[in-house]
Amino acid sequence: MNLLVNGKRIQVPATVKTITDVKNHFNITNPVVIVEHNGEILDKAKHPEKEVADGDKIELVQFVGGG
Amino acid sequence: MHDRYSRQILFSGIGAEGQEKLENKHALIIGAGALGTGSAEILARAGVGELTIVDRDYVEWSNLQRQQLYTEADAEERMPKVIAAKKRLEEINSGITIHAHIIDVTPVELEQLIHGVDLILDATDNFDIRMIINDTSQKYSIPWIYGSCVGSYGISYTILPGVSPCLHCLMENIPIGGMTCDTLGVISPVVQLVIAHQTAEALKILTEKTDRLRQELISFDLWNNQQSTIQVRSLKQQQCKSCGDHANYPFLDYENTTKAEILCGRETVQIRPSSRETKDLETLAIKLKKLGKVKQNPYLLQFTIGDDRLVLFRDGRVLVHGTNDAARARSLYHRYLG
Ligand SMILES: [Zn+2]
Repeated sequence: MNLLVNGKRIQVPATVKTITDVKNHFNITNPVVIVEHNGEILDKAKHPEKEVADGDKIELVQFVGGG
Repeated sequence: MHDRYSRQILFSGIGAEGQEKLENKHALIIGAGALGTGSAEILARAGVGELTIVDRDYVEWSNLQRQQLYTEADAEERMPKVIAAKKRLEEINSGITIHAHIIDVTPVELEQLIHGVDLILDATDNFDIRMIINDTSQKYSIPWIYGSCVGSYGISYTILPGVSPCLHCLMENIPIGGMTCDTLGVISPVVQLVIAHQTAEALKILTEKTDRLRQELISFDLWNNQQSTIQVRSLKQQQCKSCGDHANYPFLDYENTTKAEILCGRETVQIRPSSRETKDLETLAIKLKKLGKVKQNPYLLQFTIGDDRLVLFRDGRVLVHGTNDAARARSLYHRYLG
């Protein structure tokens, strides 16, 4: 399956089915991450159930502290 | 009359009118690390009339790779960052006013610092202080610009009180540990890109062209060639304790006790005493010389005993080096400094 993640086309394995799977695929453990799925910001509680499909556009924004 | 600002005045977004506005504005930069030095240099060169820079730390060799106002001599002498920054900025532009404060910013200090300030630029390295900035910004209606980077990744967001969702709205839970660490390192280009975003937004605010503000959360990864902008308007929470209808600014309500804080990735603990009295470093030096090795400059005192190294600032703060253990740091602090 192909996803457009942060502007970059990325192929993910078929085991990636939900937003949580996408976050796990990119090893995102950061608790403060905003996810936009096809133009809509998702409530964090929906990440485990929200399914992704081929061609979906996903933006993952992580809050970091350094400076 | 020099034409030092001519290229900026030629730029239609700013013009002579914008230039005059810049000259009458005051920006507060919190943190004089990578982001702070870069932003300060750009705003100083742009002719922002008044800059206040605050930082709690001194220059170290590991800063020189990206903290653009500092030299080897500053690292050698452990010069407090804001002193070294002020000196360099005054060489760059003698026509503006630069205030430098060697302090650790808590709500108390910030409330004193913000008088007459038009904009707060975030150049800090942790979310404790960012949430304090966020609440102060809301309480006193002063815009602020979040910026941060780790590794090759950077992020920035501008908050106009009364308009934008605040940082508290965006972050459902405040990160604890890990994320403030500089253990992942950082490359200079991503620092520069965050600075570019923050200072472009700063120029828009200071020239009163707020209609040009981005109004999006932007993030990028320069090593992995990714970038993202998100419209976050929908995240504004009416019940937000920092910017909502019944805001009570929870992060300004801060117990005034001695704090021990682990500076991640540096094997250092900072001890911050509750009283804010100025310390007499000279008297302390005489006392400590009997116990171990003392090195001093006008701003701080370094005390080495065995494997332990303590650095004392005049405002009472102490950096205990060589440990990540807050309890051990507190114990060393009380052992040598009472
Ligand atoms: Zn808010």
